[in-house]
Amino acid sequence: MSPLWMVRRIGFYVLVAVVLAFFAVPMLWLASAPFDEKPGLGLRWPDWTWRNVVTTFEHPYAVSSLVNSLVLCVVATVVTTVLAALAAYALSRVRIPGRDLLLYLLLLLSSVVTGTAAMVPIFVMMLQFGLINSQFGTALVIAGGMLPAAIFILKDFMDAVPRSYEESARVFGASPRQVLGHVVLPVARPGVATIFVWAFVNAWGNFLLPFLLLRDVGQQPAAVLLRTLYDEGGSANLTVIPVFSLLYSIPVVVLYLFVSKRYGFRFHGGIKS
Amino acid sequence: MDSSGLGVRRAVGFVAPALVLIGVFLVFPALWTLYIGITDYQLTGPAAADPQVVGADNLVEAVRDPLFTNSVWLTALFVLFSAVIGQNVLGFGLAWSLRSVSPWLRRTAEGLVLLSWILPSTVVAFLWFAVLSRDTGTLGLLLGSPQTSWLVEYPMTSLIIFNVWRGTAFSMLLYTSALAAVPPSQVETARLVGASGWQTVRDVVFPHIRGHVLTNTLLISLWTANDFTPFLLTSGGPNHRSEVLPVLIYRQALEGGQLGYASAMSMLLLVGNLVVALVYLRLLRRRA
Repeated sequence: MSPLWMVRRIGFYVLVAVVLAFFAVPMLWLASAPFDEKPGLGLRWPDWTWRNVVTTFEHPYAVSSLVNSLVLCVVATVVTTVLAALAAYALSRVRIPGRDLLLYLLLLLSSVVTGTAAMVPIFVMMLQFGLINSQFGTALVIAGGMLPAAIFILKDFMDAVPRSYEESARVFGASPRQVLGHVVLPVARPGVATIFVWAFVNAWGNFLLPFLLLRDVGQQPAAVLLRTLYDEGGSANLTVIPVFSLLYSIPVVVLYLFVSKRYGFRFHGGIKS
Repeated sequence: MDSSGLGVRRAVGFVAPALVLIGVFLVFPALWTLYIGITDYQLTGPAAADPQVVGADNLVEAVRDPLFTNSVWLTALFVLFSAVIGQNVLGFGLAWSLRSVSPWLRRTAEGLVLLSWILPSTVVAFLWFAVLSRDTGTLGLLLGSPQTSWLVEYPMTSLIIFNVWRGTAFSMLLYTSALAAVPPSQVETARLVGASGWQTVRDVVFPHIRGHVLTNTLLISLWTANDFTPFLLTSGGPNHRSEVLPVLIYRQALEGGQLGYASAMSMLLLVGNLVVALVYLRLLRRRA
């Protein structure tokens, strides 16, 4: 317990406190502004009121955009999880030459193309297909962008399922579909859950693709509406924005709490060097 | 025959739906970018109905365009300071120092960092407006200069700090799982022979996690280079001072209607990404 040790220990905790404050301070707005009599873009102790919440629910598009978000997100997430699970299982069990290279290339491509590099062709393609303003089409585009990473991560989980389980099941006459449904998926459940949550959070927050592809305000998800509330008419609608931000954030926060309680928020294997 | 009894035909059937989606919505648009990039395709007007192939003219024009070179420079700064340095160092620092603190502090810290990562980007933009805006902004109040409009006066610095806040969680998670694979006995030995914390990290820990560092740096660099969130904070302004490539491409394509020219820029962004990825694969292979 030398003085030097004490100083270093105190220094360490001061540093940790500064880093924690850096991450926490921006989020405080989400707790104060929604319930403030005069909400603004800044942090202050609120004059408590529920009026903003009432106003937000009266906004013509607030609730419907959250429903749109849910539809978009559920379709994209389910498509991603199901297709990725099937593909990852097959790729894990059957030898295809050049498989690992192919997966790697797709992963690189997806982290490069999904965002912005391909926005022009995606926009033109959907325009030609007549899928502008189609929630289902937009959900498929989002799913296509998430699939490579999902397959890549899930394949590691599938590789970890012992093959002897499948062999035993086959000895008892299970069909390949039954083997997948009753043996492999239950064992790989943490992996599937990881992908499900990851895809949900990604699709829920996705702004660019709905912003590009859904031009009709009745079809737009919360991400796009929130932006519209900010630029529409030249000034931000500060009564609705804070409450709406809070409502829109709740699902991912709940999901996070659920996952960290149930599985612990960790990379299980997943990304290897 | 494989243990699962799938057979090649059924395996192909399992993979096909995913490959079709990836092919239609990822590979095909990427290839099409290459084609649109050599035409004079526009959103409206005569060139919209009947685009002409103009060859490499768009590329030459882009390279000479001061807006483009400005944007490349800003993107490079953004990636270098916010991802390669900021997220990497802070993520590793958090993963390293949170090993030795009490569980509740660790959970709180990890929770906050993860929350900043999973909140929707449009919400996050408002959180940072509240930090950086004039008159009422939190940063101005803390530093006692409420007149400063941080996003207008220091747009790039603001974006870099914002992106460190936004993306550190991934590096922290990855390094936490990487550090779990470092043999504790080696770290303990280093401590016993009197190595400082930095020496331990450099000589004992780093050789074990070199592959993780490379993978992490590659992924966060690519994500940052293609990130569209800067648009939500500054829209590229003021006066193009924070116009990173994704924002420039969006504005050229959808606001300016120059689809061909914007695709040529996309093509250059893709090539840049590929070069970074190849350098990384090189480095990763040299490790063996």
